[in-house]
Amino acid sequence: MSAYARPVEVLIDELGRLPGIGPKSAQRIAFHLLKVDTVDARRLADAIVAMKENVTFCERCYNVAEGANCAICTDPARDQSILCVVEEPKDIAALEKTGVFKGVYHVLLGVMNPLEGIGPENLKIRELALRVAAEDITEVILCTNPNLEGEMTAAFIASKVLAPFEVKVSRLASGLPVGGDLEYADELTLGRALEGRHGFS
Amino acid sequence: MPLYRDEGVVLRTYKLGEADRIIVLYTRGRGKVRAVAKGVRRTRSKFGSRLEPGSMVSLQLYEGRNLDIVTQAERTEPLAGLRADLDRYGRATIMLEAIDHVSTEGEANPALYKLLTGALRELDGSGNALVVPAFVTRLLALEGVQPQVDECVACGAAEGLVVLAVHEGGMLCRSCRRGGVAISDEARLALSALVAGRVRQVLESTSAQAGQELELVAARMIEQHIERRLQSSAVIYEQLG
Ligand SMILES: [Zn+2]
Ligand SMILES: [Zn+2]
Repeated sequence: MSAYARPVEVLIDELGRLPGIGPKSAQRIAFHLLKVDTVDARRLADAIVAMKENVTFCERCYNVAEGANCAICTDPARDQSILCVVEEPKDIAALEKTGVFKGVYHVLLGVMNPLEGIGPENLKIRELALRVAAEDITEVILCTNPNLEGEMTAAFIASKVLAPFEVKVSRLASGLPVGGDLEYADELTLGRALEGRHGFS
Repeated sequence: MPLYRDEGVVLRTYKLGEADRIIVLYTRGRGKVRAVAKGVRRTRSKFGSRLEPGSMVSLQLYEGRNLDIVTQAERTEPLAGLRADLDRYGRATIMLEAIDHVSTEGEANPALYKLLTGALRELDGSGNALVVPAFVTRLLALEGVQPQVDECVACGAAEGLVVLAVHEGGMLCRSCRRGGVAISDEARLALSALVAGRVRQVLESTSAQAGQELELVAARMIEQHIERRLQSSAVIYEQLG
């Protein structure tokens, strides 16, 4: 027997499926929505449906897009010869906030993870090779996450996918987080920061 | 005692919530342990890269009701070779996945722990393709299973042994062959030496060709034992080649 009315129960179940939302939070959100005006609740529901119906993946770079291509691919100001490879569309948002990168992207929609059975064929890696073959790309920056899976994926792309092409391939530098203390850095990060040291300009 | 220390190998990790991970460890003192590492996915996490698959760490954990919580982790060996090389890491994942399947939470097995750490060290240093077959043979022996490689499992013949029938537990001769994987004499003799415990000899003197045969056979052997496919072997052997 359930403790709440059936529709409340259903909503709590649905909310609880969302990433980062446990049963307690799901309950709290459901009861909050129970109290808000119907108009407000409808606006939320409409926003979810509108997103699902109108937003797809860009046919060229697999970023989220309204229509066939995303806002970055269709922006004439972007440098089409520099390609940044990321795991997820949300990584594009993080990189765009730096304001440093003016090229275009390619989203893999995931990362290689042998322990979960995810290999290159499950990602947009073939599509990456096709792009590099067809477009005028001179540099590919591999911006996968600086963890084991991200590094493996970058190494795979560099050595087995991009090797035949005449493009410059680079990897995001790893170093120390700005604002932290040296003694708390893990040895791998500190080692890489030492290797990648640069002179004062 | 809620706080305890142990050392272990990270078998795998799962994302949890916004920035945490569940870390599955194989420890010396407690066998398999599942623990939460809070904030480990943040770029400023104090754990950094220490709690990634294949890492050997010394740990302090807080005993929780369902999952323990990692409060400290220090790397005990760098194992830089595993991270730097796709093939080495790929081979390591097969061993990590195998241990995850055969081990149980709260059941320490010092021999299994020694096998895993020894095999990871060897792989880190040499990248030898025979490490996985050697590991699997020893793992199966610890589990009480040994393939019969010197005689036909059907008729007992010692000559003309041509296929390894993993589901039947060993070699079949030319007249009994039904299914199974054809393997060369060199690969069969190497497997026989592994079963007999002559690991060093096999690591040092087996050809690359026979090594490749045995890697595929080893994956089938462990899959037969755990009664399921290894996720990693599909990726490693079919995709990375
Ligand atoms: Zn696009
Ligand atoms: Zn026979």
